[in-house]
Amino acid sequence: MKFNSVFDIIGPVMIGPSSSHTAGAARIGKAARNLLGKEPKWAKIHLYESFAKTYKGHGTDFALAGGLLGFETDDPRMNQALEMAEDRGLSIQFIEDSAGVDHPNTARLIIGDDTEQIELTGISIGGGKIEITELNGFELRLSGNHPAILIMHNDRFGAIASVTEILAKHEINIGHMEVNRKDVGKEALMVIEVDQNVEDSILKELENADHIEQIAKIVS
Amino acid sequence: MFRTVAELVEVAEKENRLISEVMILQEMDVKEKSREEVFSEMEKNLDVMEKAVEDSLKGVKSVTGLTGGDAVKVQEYMKNNTPLSGNIVLDAVSKAMGTNEVNAAMGTICATPTAGSAGCVPGTLFAVKHQLNPTREQMVRYLFTAGAFGFVVANNSFISGAAGGCQAEVGSAGAMASAAIVEMAGGTPQQSADAFAMTLKNMLGLVCDPVAGLVEVPCVKRNAGGSTLAIVSADMALAGVTSTIPCDEVIGAMYRIGKQMPSSLRETGEGGLADTPTGRLLKEKLFGMSV
Repeated sequence: MKFNSVFDIIGPVMIGPSSSHTAGAARIGKAARNLLGKEPKWAKIHLYESFAKTYKGHGTDFALAGGLLGFETDDPRMNQALEMAEDRGLSIQFIEDSAGVDHPNTARLIIGDDTEQIELTGISIGGGKIEITELNGFELRLSGNHPAILIMHNDRFGAIASVTEILAKHEINIGHMEVNRKDVGKEALMVIEVDQNVEDSILKELENADHIEQIAKIVS
Repeated sequence: MFRTVAELVEVAEKENRLISEVMILQEMDVKEKSREEVFSEMEKNLDVMEKAVEDSLKGVKSVTGLTGGDAVKVQEYMKNNTPLSGNIVLDAVSKAMGTNEVNAAMGTICATPTAGSAGCVPGTLFAVKHQLNPTREQMVRYLFTAGAFGFVVANNSFISGAAGGCQAEVGSAGAMASAAIVEMAGGTPQQSADAFAMTLKNMLGLVCDPVAGLVEVPCVKRNAGGSTLAIVSADMALAGVTSTIPCDEVIGAMYRIGKQMPSSLRETGEGGLADTPTGRLLKEKLFGMSV
C-alpha cells in the first residue's frame, strides 16, 4: 500500500499553500540533497504537467529550493528559500518541460557541485507524500516510508552477498530490496529499505566492501 | 492492516473498539511506537490546527490579496445576527475558511489530507466541540478517526487534486470530518461510514480548477462547503439515514470519475473557474500573462 501511516493523512505540518506542490516539492528537493550527500552548487529542475503549469502560484519553486537547502516542510524560511539559495551560492534553473510523464506532479532534478552530480526524478502523490522514481537513469520505487540505503556498485558476483552479509552481521533487517543494472557487468544500483536507521560506521563498512562504488542513505 | 472501510468497521465492531482506537493500534504496530508517542505526535498536529484557526480570527490576507478576512466577517455576523444555517454550521464555515486563509497566506497549517483541503477537519472540530464538549483526548481521537477514513481513500483512490480533482481533496476532507463527528457524538462505526459516504457522494465529480493556479479561489470557500456537508451528513447518519451505495463503492466511484477527468480540470489552472472571464483577468493581473 502506498500510504502506511495515519500521519501521511493527518499531516505534515507545513508552510502553505499546497501539500503536493509545496510540501511534496520540498521533500523531493531534500531527497535529492541527501542523495548528493552535500549542499549542491547548481540545480537544473525540470517541471512537468501540473507542476509546470502552477509552480509559481504554489511556491513549488521556493519549496524545491528549500528542500535543496535541507529545509523541513514546516521551516518558516521556506518562502525566502530562492533568495537564500542565491546568497549561499546555489544557482537554480527551472525548466517548464512539456514532455509526457506518468504522474501529473513530476519533477526531474539534476544537481551537483564541481566534482559530482546526480539526476533524480520524484513524484508528489498527494498530502505531501513523495516517491523517488528514478535515480541516475535507474528506475526505482522508493516510498520514503522506511530508511533506505542506495548502493551504486559494479555488476559482479558477490557484490550483493557482501552487502547483505554486513547487514546481517549488524542484525539489520531488510524490508524491501531491488537490484537494477545498466547492462551485464556494468554499473548497477542496489536499493535496500530497512526497518531501522543504519549507523554511519556501517555505511563506511559497506562502502569498503567488494565492488561497491558509492553509498547514500535516505532517512524516512 | 485494514484496506477498506468495510474491514475497518468490521474490526471496530467485532472488537468493540472505536475507529480511532483501531487506527491508533495500527499506527503503533506499523511504526513500532508506544501509544504515548503516537498520541503525542497527533496532539502536536492538533496544536498546529488550533493555532492556525486563532491566527485566522485575527485576520489574514494572502500575498495576492485574493483571499483573507472572510473568517472574521462570518464571526462578526454571528455575533450580531442569528444565522439561518445555525451557529455550529456557520462557526465551522468560519474556522474552515480561516484555516485555508492562513494556508493561502503561506502560514503554518497541518495538511488534512492536503493543504488545499486543510480546513474541513479542524473547522468542524472546533465548531462541534461547543456542543459536544469533548475532552482533549477525544479531540485528538477525532483526528485519528478522520485519518483512518482518509487512509482508506488514499490507498484505494486519490487525495490530490492533480490526480483526481477537488472531489479527492475537499471531498475526502469533508467526508473524513463527517466520520469523525459521528464518533465524537457517540455514533457507531457503521454510522461513521454512512456519514462519510453521504458527504463524498455529494462531492463526486467536483473538479480542481484554481484561479491562476493558486490555492485560493475557489479552495477557501470549498472548504466552507465541505464542512457544512460534513456536519449535515453526520446528523443524517446519527438520525439513522444510511447510504444505499456502500462507502467503499463510493470511494471506487470517486476513483473512476477522477480517472475520466481531463487534465484541464485537475489542478492545472486551465479549466472551470480558472477559465472564466474573471478568472483569466485575475491571472493576467497577477502574473502579467494572458491565458
